[in-house]
Formats: sequence, structure tokens, C-alpha cells
Amino acid sequence: MMDHETPGHETLGERLAQQGISRRTFLKFCTAMATLMALPPGTATAIAEVLIKAKRPSVIWLSFQECTGCTESLTRSHSPTLESLIFDMISLDYHHTLQAASGYGAEKSREDAMQKFFGKYLLVVDGSIPIKDNGIYSTIAGRTNLDLLQEAAKGAAAIIAVGSCAAFGGIPNAKPNPTGAVAVSDIIKDKPIINISGCPPIPVVITGVLAHYLTFGELPELDDLGRPKSFYGETIHDRCYRRPFYDQGKFAKSFDDEGARNGWCLFELGCKGPTTHNACATTKWNGGTSFPIESGHGCLGCSEPHFWDAGSFYSALSMPASPLKLATGAVVAGAAAGIAVSIANRVKKGAAKSAHQKATIADLEK
Amino acid sequence: MNDLLFLTWVRSTGLDIAIGIFVLGTLWRLFEIYSLGRKPDLAVPRHRAGASGLHTMFRRSIPPPGMFKRSAISYVAGYVFHIGLAVIVFLFAQHIKLIQELTGLSWPGLPSQFIDATAVVTLATMLLVLVERINKPVKRFLSTFEDYAAWALTFLPVMTGYLATKHLLLSYTWMLALHILSVELLLIFLPFTKLIHVFTLWGSRWYNGDANAKKGVPV
Repeated sequence: MMDHETPGHETLGERLAQQGISRRTFLKFCTAMATLMALPPGTATAIAEVLIKAKRPSVIWLSFQECTGCTESLTRSHSPTLESLIFDMISLDYHHTLQAASGYGAEKSREDAMQKFFGKYLLVVDGSIPIKDNGIYSTIAGRTNLDLLQEAAKGAAAIIAVGSCAAFGGIPNAKPNPTGAVAVSDIIKDKPIINISGCPPIPVVITGVLAHYLTFGELPELDDLGRPKSFYGETIHDRCYRRPFYDQGKFAKSFDDEGARNGWCLFELGCKGPTTHNACATTKWNGGTSFPIESGHGCLGCSEPHFWDAGSFYSALSMPASPLKLATGAVVAGAAAGIAVSIANRVKKGAAKSAHQKATIADLEK
Repeated sequence: MNDLLFLTWVRSTGLDIAIGIFVLGTLWRLFEIYSLGRKPDLAVPRHRAGASGLHTMFRRSIPPPGMFKRSAISYVAGYVFHIGLAVIVFLFAQHIKLIQELTGLSWPGLPSQFIDATAVVTLATMLLVLVERINKPVKRFLSTFEDYAAWALTFLPVMTGYLATKHLLLSYTWMLALHILSVELLLIFLPFTKLIHVFTLWGSRWYNGDANAKKGVPV
């Protein structure tokens, strides 16, 4: 049972009732969440029972060095979906893209929520935090992202780093990283942090994590990169519907050849599915329509740290990540070394030959 | 350095260094070996060499009378793991893709299940030849550190490759990176150890066969 009830907010059940969402729809949502997180069958009812009575927790959403893709992913998902329920489950007290207020009013709502629900609110962060030159490369209301994060983290019950930028530094962190962009976990060390990586992350993963937190009052089991195991436990490749073609050695060689039209494996076109942990192949995107590989393009590996610096998106994992530079020089140097040693050997032989003194009969009779 | 950056390093800088040393070392050794030459043989050949050199290149692959019984494991396991290595290296689609990228040459590959099975058989036979080397007193006596090192340098790429594709021991990303690294170690040491036989084998056999014929022992 959750231990972070927030006075001043109605329960989720009341909220759903107001919006005319039936119990049947709600139970379907809970079942889907339990299934997605690989929880036992009976858990769905338990989740429903807890959630319906749960007070909606205050959520403060801070957007730093980001492209708003994560917010877009969450809000533009096919409607009405399970994902839309997320806004009924939480009280989103600050999100500068979505809130109507602006300027001082907006900042005040953040400060109020932080004060009122100190120690109880959930902090959601998308975007990386620049720390070079005291973090001046990204500021909101005149304050650096670094400052805002440190302040907001103090009263947070837990932090959810949404998207690869907040989770791992993402694209702003790519070489040469001019702003010194880092992940939330590089700065905050004393709070539970859950990383929901992806560029953008899958909406239902965010919902699933929130449902888990509200039901059990704790974060789900995480992998060594702080990602929920139930969604990031397996690779795209392991769950890919094109996997049988990989095993058969049937590969598309270009994006419009016969292999591509037959839906063969995209490994040779640079698919990073084998090294990427995410749930795209099972949960899919756009209301379950498809995922990138299904649309004919290889996986970019966007949910892995440093995916932007891991070589071309279009070079296969068994191919060089960058062109070989030393080979030509090595041919010349190798041939030169071989010839030099050959000459040295011949000189040595010649010297031995000329130094050789023939024995005469007289020598032998000595 | 995380797993993906390590993998990227072995796929870029590491590979570049390894192939550079491999090419440099191989050319160096081959130039050196084949330019050594021999003193002109002034003796009248006892027998015209004919195709003796060519015959020897192949006859040396067949056990001489009686030898198969005495050292069956060496012959059978030796054949099996050499053929296995060739199948894995040259007929796995992912390897062909690398060869194509480096040389422009490509050919069809085999299904991965077939390669998996070949890898298991190859690993088993390589372990068998190692046990045989340690167990047989004469072989053990003749073995040097280089022999064991050459075995390990050959065994590791097959083992890590198999573990990577089967997701055993470590995550695929780590294991794939270790696999590529082990291949790079093999490439670096190949020219400077007895593993250079991949290039010198046929030349040496031809030379010996030809010389033997001139001395009166044609085949």
C-alpha cells in the first residue's frame, strides 16, 4: 500500500468516476499493467483495489536539455489509451510545456507543490543537465537546470528520469558534449531514481512504472542501468518478429531490395536490435500499430547509453564502426620491414661468405 | 567505459590497430621467409622433381601408413576443428558481411543453427586436442608455452562468439565486444607465432616435397 498519500488531492476512484470511466475499463487497464510488468495474474485485482483508493500523488515534471519528444510521446499517444489514464492517476502540478500558467505564476505553482508535498511528490525529469561552466547553457526563469534539479530533488520521494537524455545524458551528452551534459543519476545520489530510457521512451512504460509505484509504494525491480527489468530485460532482437530470418541467414541488403520487401532481417543494414534493451518489439508504438523494424528500418539502439556515439546507424554490428585508417600504412610498413630484414639477412650471408676461408691441404697437415 | 562504448572501441580503434599489426606482421614475415633463399644446389638431382612438391602439399594431409592407428585423435580432431574453424569464419553471414566490408568479396552464408552446431563440435574437438597434448607424455614434452598460447588464441574467439550468440555468461553486448577483442588478439599474434602456418603451410610442403624428390625420394 502506498505510503505517500497527499492531502488535498481526491482519490483516483473519485477522479475516474467524475470522468465517467467505467470500472470495467479501469480493470482492463490494471490487467494490462500487471501483464506488461510480468506480475502474477491475481495482481491485477490487487492493483485495482489499491489504485482506486489511492490519493493522486503530486508530480513535478522538470524539462531540461531536451526536445520535448518525451512529452510528445506521452501526450500524443493514440487516444483514448491506457496512457491517457496517467493524467488521472497523478496530479501534475508543474510541467512547463503542458501547464496553462506561465512566467512567475508557473514557477510559483512548482514552489507551492514542492513546499506542500515535501518528501512526498514524484519528480519526473526529461532532458539532460548541462554542468559545464556552472550549468549556464540551459536555464529556466533565470536559474540553471542544475540548481532547479538539486532543489527539487531534496523533497522528492523518488525521481523518474524519462528519456535517454535524463537517464544517460542522451544526445546532448554525445561527443564532443559541448555543454557538459550529464544524466540525473550523475548529480543526484541520495534518492531512488528509475531510468525510463528511449528516444522517446514508450508511453506505456511510463504508465506501468507509475502504476507500480502507486500500488506497491516502491519502484519496480531495476537492471544495472536503473531501468525496470520488466520492460528492459530483453533485447529488441530477442523479441523481434524478423528473428527467424536472422537465424536462417536471410538479410535485406538494401532498403528496397527483394529481401527488404520480403521482410527479412535488417541486421546488415545496421539494426542495433541485438544490443538494445527495450520493449518496442512487444508493446509497439502508435496504439500497437508497429515499431521501427516493422516499418522497415533497423533499430537505432536509442534506449542504450551513448547510442549516438556507437558508430553509424547503418553499419552492421559485425562491421567496423569507423573506416580503417592504418591498413594502407601497414601494407607499406610491413613490406618495407620485410624488405629491410631481407636485405640485412643477405648482407649477413654475404659477409659470412666473404669471411669464409677455404681450408687447404697445408692447413689440414698442420 | 560502458559496454556499448567498449564494443564501439573494438569495432573501430581496436580493429584498426589489430588489422594494421596483422597486415604489417604478415607481410614482414612472408617477405623475410621467402627472401631467405637457399644455397644453389650444385649436385645433380637424383630424381627429377616433377610434381613431387605439388603431391606433397596434399599427401601431408593424409596419415602415413600406421600413423592413423597410433594417433587417431590428432588426425580426426585436427581435421574436424580445422574444417569447423573454416566453416565458422567463412560461412557465418555476419562474418561474411565483415569480409565484404573489408575486401569487397562476398558469398552466401549458412543458417545460424548450423554454425552453432559447428561451433560446439569445434570447441569440443579443440578441448580434446588440448587434453591429448597434456596427457601424452611425448606431446607434453614437445609442447612449449607458444603451443598453449596459440591454442588459447584460437579457442577464445570461437568460445566467446558462441557465448555471445547464445546470451550466456554476460550480456550480448559485452560478450560480442569480448569476441571481437579476442579475434583482434588472434590477428595481432598470428604473424609472430606458429599460427603463421595459415600462410606458410602450402609453400613449406611444396618446398619439402620438391627437395626430397631431388634427393631421390619422390612422391
